[in-house]
Amino acid sequence: MNLFDIIGPIMVGPSSSHTAGAVKIGYVSRKLMGEPIAEATINLYGSFLATGRGHGTRFAIVAGLLGMKPDDKRIPESFKYAEEAGMKLNFGEADLAEAHPNSAQLILKGVSGRKLEVIGESIGGSLINIAQIDGIKANFSGDYPTLIVHNVDQPGHVAEVTSMLAHKAINIATMQLYRSSRGGEAAMVIECDKEVPLESVKWLAHLEGITKVIYYSLDEG
Amino acid sequence: MSFAKLTDIIKQAEERNVSFWEVVMLDDMKERNVSREESFNEMLVMLRAMRTADEEYDPTLRSASGLAGGDGEKLHQYRMKENRLIGDYLVEVMEKAIKMGESNACMKRIVAAPTAGSCGVIPAVLLTYEEQKEVSEEKIAQALYVAAGIGEVIAATACIAGAGGGCQAEIGSASAMAAGALTYLEGGNNEEIVHAAALSLKNMLGLTCDPVAGLVEVPCIKRNVSGAVNAVVSSQMAIAGIRSAIEPDEVIDSMRRIGKQIPECLRETSREGLAITPSAIAVTKRLQGQK
Ligand code: SF4
Repeated sequence: MNLFDIIGPIMVGPSSSHTAGAVKIGYVSRKLMGEPIAEATINLYGSFLATGRGHGTRFAIVAGLLGMKPDDKRIPESFKYAEEAGMKLNFGEADLAEAHPNSAQLILKGVSGRKLEVIGESIGGSLINIAQIDGIKANFSGDYPTLIVHNVDQPGHVAEVTSMLAHKAINIATMQLYRSSRGGEAAMVIECDKEVPLESVKWLAHLEGITKVIYYSLDEG
Repeated sequence: MSFAKLTDIIKQAEERNVSFWEVVMLDDMKERNVSREESFNEMLVMLRAMRTADEEYDPTLRSASGLAGGDGEKLHQYRMKENRLIGDYLVEVMEKAIKMGESNACMKRIVAAPTAGSCGVIPAVLLTYEEQKEVSEEKIAQALYVAAGIGEVIAATACIAGAGGGCQAEIGSASAMAAGALTYLEGGNNEEIVHAAALSLKNMLGLTCDPVAGLVEVPCIKRNVSGAVNAVVSSQMAIAGIRSAIEPDEVIDSMRRIGKQIPECLRETSREGLAITPSAIAVTKRLQGQK
């Protein structure tokens, strides 16, 4: 938290968690998709579902999916902009076990047909946590450039990724490791202090044993 | 953020021979690794956004629930009346506070200060001062640093979220921050600044968060008005030489302890208090019908 979390942020009301946080969940998901979204199924859970209408939570998530940020004045009219952009919208209730009370499950299809599923939580103030991507634990804030690497659980992959970062002089802010079972599917989630060059992200994706690389950049566009 | 106590800010101000607001700015420069200009310009951005939000109030807007909107215009009409009881400053503070709260409920762009629910308190007190006393924009931005410093201490010691500490953490914090900021503008010294904050916060201790239907509307919007007026009268007491009998940092520490004892049903869960009155339940039912 810094000074401008006390006086600030500038945001469209009414609620930091149910509006501003919801925009951020949509925004980060749009960035993770890496292309405009053609179809979105938005399933709300807990307090998002119960009080979302009065807080404009649905408008907020859709605004984020269109690439708007929490201070964008167009947020209340995001459905209109979605229609103009040809984004198809479906809404439902999420059936999540043990989720945070302010959660949304986004099932997305990009214009190229690419699919992505994100579970995002609004955890207080306008802070968020991306809890899952494509059914695998992620847990990152969207406040740092973030590298998500899915790989086969075998020795050496963490070293490959971290030595690439060291080589590019990128400091790691936080790092988490998950795996489904020994030798099964594993995931690394690394929040970095600096942007990771796109060639390096691509290079990782081609390595033996690495199944998928997702990169969340703070750069605009 | 390096301030755990208000006395830390005052001590640093004395040691470095700079004013209260500057200590807060210097800390921001260090914390975010930015220059003096960058920090100050960011504060000006916040101030201008507050001003724009105030100017863009639209009396025809209603919130999605239908509960909020239009009261700012009523206070405006009242302000235009001759022979009203209260003075020009206070009546405009009231008007601006309610307008900002309504704008927030109606999905307009506001500045959270410290939260969206309490976004009307600080701009009401400071923007009215700026307009009526014709002080410079820089001076108002300095007052915002004073407010932020007080808010930082409250955030570090107690809490600034209704879900954590009840409404004393939102409207209460905003009121204490505004009281200190106004005292600075009125030429108060550092001791007067922190005592104004303490006097104001003491009136807000124990305030619960029990919003109707879980929305940031009732009681939030009108509470911005009382939070702002409370800031003004507390600041006036401090300027008049009145001191809080309880040390300001001890008041904040009480706020922390009280916040912990406020039961969860009164911390933004809408399971007690105003939120379960027959009037509130009728609203909740009507809204559920719309889902
Ligand atoms: S009642 Fe609760 S939601 Fe409303 S302003 Fe106070 S703390 Fe915020």
